Amino acid sequence: MTDTRGRIESISAGNRLEIHLSGRWEVGYAAELEIALAQLSPPVDQPVLIDLSGLDRLDTTGAWLIHRGSEALRSPRRSVTLSGARAEHEQLIARVSGLYQPCEIQPPAGNALIRLVARLGENALTVLDTAASFTAFIGLTTVTLLRSLLHPRRLRFNAITVHMEATGINALPIVSLISFLIGIVMVYQSAFQLTRFGAQIFVIDLLAFSVLRELGVLLTSIVVAGRSGSAFAAEIGSMKLHEEIDAMRALGMDPVEILVLPRILSLMVVLPLLVFTADVMALLGGAIMCWISLDIAPDLFLQRLRSAVDLPTFWIGIVKAPFFAGLIALTGCYEGLQVSGSAESVGQRTTRAVVESIFLVIVADALFSVVFTILGL
Amino acid sequence: MSGPIIRIRGLCNAFGDQIVHQDLDLDVDEGEVLGVVGGSGTGKSVLLRSIIGLNTPAAGHIEVFGQELTGLRGDTRRRLERRWGVLFQDGALFSALTVAQNIEAPLKEHLSLSRSLMDEIAALKITMVGLGPEAGSKFPSELSGGMRKRAGLARALAMDPEIVFLDEPTAGLDPIGAAAFDELIGSLQSQMGLTVFMVTHDLDSLTAICDRIAVLAEKRVLAIGTMADMLQQDHPWIREYFHGPRARAAGVGAGTNGI
Repeated sequence: MTDTRGRIESISAGNRLEIHLSGRWEVGYAAELEIALAQLSPPVDQPVLIDLSGLDRLDTTGAWLIHRGSEALRSPRRSVTLSGARAEHEQLIARVSGLYQPCEIQPPAGNALIRLVARLGENALTVLDTAASFTAFIGLTTVTLLRSLLHPRRLRFNAITVHMEATGINALPIVSLISFLIGIVMVYQSAFQLTRFGAQIFVIDLLAFSVLRELGVLLTSIVVAGRSGSAFAAEIGSMKLHEEIDAMRALGMDPVEILVLPRILSLMVVLPLLVFTADVMALLGGAIMCWISLDIAPDLFLQRLRSAVDLPTFWIGIVKAPFFAGLIALTGCYEGLQVSGSAESVGQRTTRAVVESIFLVIVADALFSVVFTILGL
Repeated sequence: MSGPIIRIRGLCNAFGDQIVHQDLDLDVDEGEVLGVVGGSGTGKSVLLRSIIGLNTPAAGHIEVFGQELTGLRGDTRRRLERRWGVLFQDGALFSALTVAQNIEAPLKEHLSLSRSLMDEIAALKITMVGLGPEAGSKFPSELSGGMRKRAGLARALAMDPEIVFLDEPTAGLDPIGAAAFDELIGSLQSQMGLTVFMVTHDLDSLTAICDRIAVLAEKRVLAIGTMADMLQQDHPWIREYFHGPRARAAGVGAGTNGI
C-alpha cells in the first residue's frame, strides 16, 4: 500500500516559495500537519504559492488547516496564493473559511475573589432557603399524613409493603454483618484495656450499654441512610427528571401521598426492627468474642447481661429508631423532589440526602441524650 | 473502495424468546442516504446499534468499510469507530460538558491536537450545523430540543466521519425545524461526501433527502429501493405506510400514483 498520509513540501522557485500539499488531508493526520505548517517560516517579503493539485482527499479539518496555514503566512509584505485546487476542494475551503466564527468553549469564569464572595453569599442564602423549604416540606407531609389517616384507604398498603421489603428485609444481611463485627471489635478493644485492671467482666456491661443505647441504633441508621435515603432521593429524582411527578400532578394525583408517605411510613416501621436485629447480632458477636478471648462462657455472659442492663436501656435505643427513620426518609424524599435539570443534579441531590440525613440523625441523637439525662434515664 | 460501504449478511438478533431479526441482509452504498423505516418494535434501532457495535448480534456478518466487525477488538476496532459518527435520539450530549467541550471530547480522545486548533474545529462544527457561536459555551440543559440535536450532529461530525448514523433525527422537532434539519443533513452530505444511515418515521425526510429506503418488517428487510419503487410495492404494510393519509399529506407520490 502506498503512503497516503497528508504531506507538505516547500521548494524555493526563483524569488518565491512554493508549498506543495499532497496526499490525504484528513483529521487523522491533523496533528502532524499542524506542526509541519507551523514550521514554515519564509523570509518576510517572499511571496508564497500554495499548490493544492496533489491533494488526494480533503475533509473539513484539512480544509480548515489549509485556510489557517495560508492566513498565518499572509502579511502586508507577503502575498499568499492558493492554486491548482480541484473544484470540490476549493469549494470546501471557501465554505469552511466563510462559515468559521470563533466561539467561547466555556462560560467565562470571572474574577476569582468576586467568585469566592459570591459563592459564600449564595451558599448562605441556599442554607436559609433549604431550611425554610424543608420545614415547609415537613409540614406538608404531616398534613398529608393526617388527611390520609382520616381516610385510611388512601394509605397505600401495597406501596408500603414493597418499600418495607426493599428497605428492611433486603437490608438485613448487611446490618447483621456490620453489627456482629462491631460487637466483636467492642469486646476485643475493651477487653484489652479492662484486663489491666482485672475487670474483664465489665466488658459485658460496656458492650451492652453502648450497643443497646447508642451504637445499635446509630449504626443501623447510618447504614439505612446510605442505602435507602440515597435510593429514595435517586428514585424520586429521576422520576422528577422524566416529568413523572408533573404527570402525577396533572392527573390530580398527589406525589406526596403516593411517593413520600409510603416511604416514610415503611421506614418508620422497619428501622426499629432492624435496630433490634442489630442489637441481637452485636451482643452475639460480643458473646462469641468473650468466650474466645476472655473465657467467659455463654451462660455466664447471659447472667452478667441480665444483671448489667434492664429493659429501659433496651427501649431507649429502640424508641429513637422511628424518629431517625422519619428524618432519613424525609430528607431523601425532599432532596429527590428538589432535582432539576440534568443527570448531574440527581447525583448531587443523592449525595446531599445521605450527608444531611446522617447529620440530622446525629443531631437528633444528641438531643435525645439531653432529654434522657433530664428524665434521669 | 468498491462494493457496499456497509454489508450485512444473515444477521440474527434475539432478546430472550423474542426474535427481532432473522437472516437480515442489507447493503448500504458509499455516498448514499439510506432511510430505514418500519413499525414500532421491528428492530430499526437494534439494527443501528448492531452496526455500530452497541449490540452483539446472535449470528450473522456485518462488514463496514470492507472489514468484518463481529469479533473485532481493541485498536483495530477503535480505528474503525473513528470513521463513523452517531447522532442518538435527543442528542445524548454529555450533560457535564458544554457544547464545545462535547465536540472536543472525541478529538481529545483520539488525536493530539493543539488547544487552539481544537477550539477552532469545535467552533467550525458549531457554525456548520447552524448553531450560533454563543451556543459553544452553553450546557446541554440550557438548549432547546432542536438545538440539542444540532449539537449532537456537530459532535457526530467532529472526527469528519465517512458514515453518519442518525436515529430519528427529526423526531420531536416542529415541521419548520425538521425541514431545516433535513436540509442541513442533505447539504452536509453533499459537501462532505457522507454516507448517511438514517432511522426515521418522517415521510418528509424520506422524500426530501433519502436516495433509497429500506423497509424493516417480518424480521428482515422486506423491500429496499427508491421512493418510486416503494410506491409500486404490493405488501399491505408498505402500501399502508406510503399511501396512507399522512403520506398523502406529505405529498408522497404526488403526480406519480395519485389515489
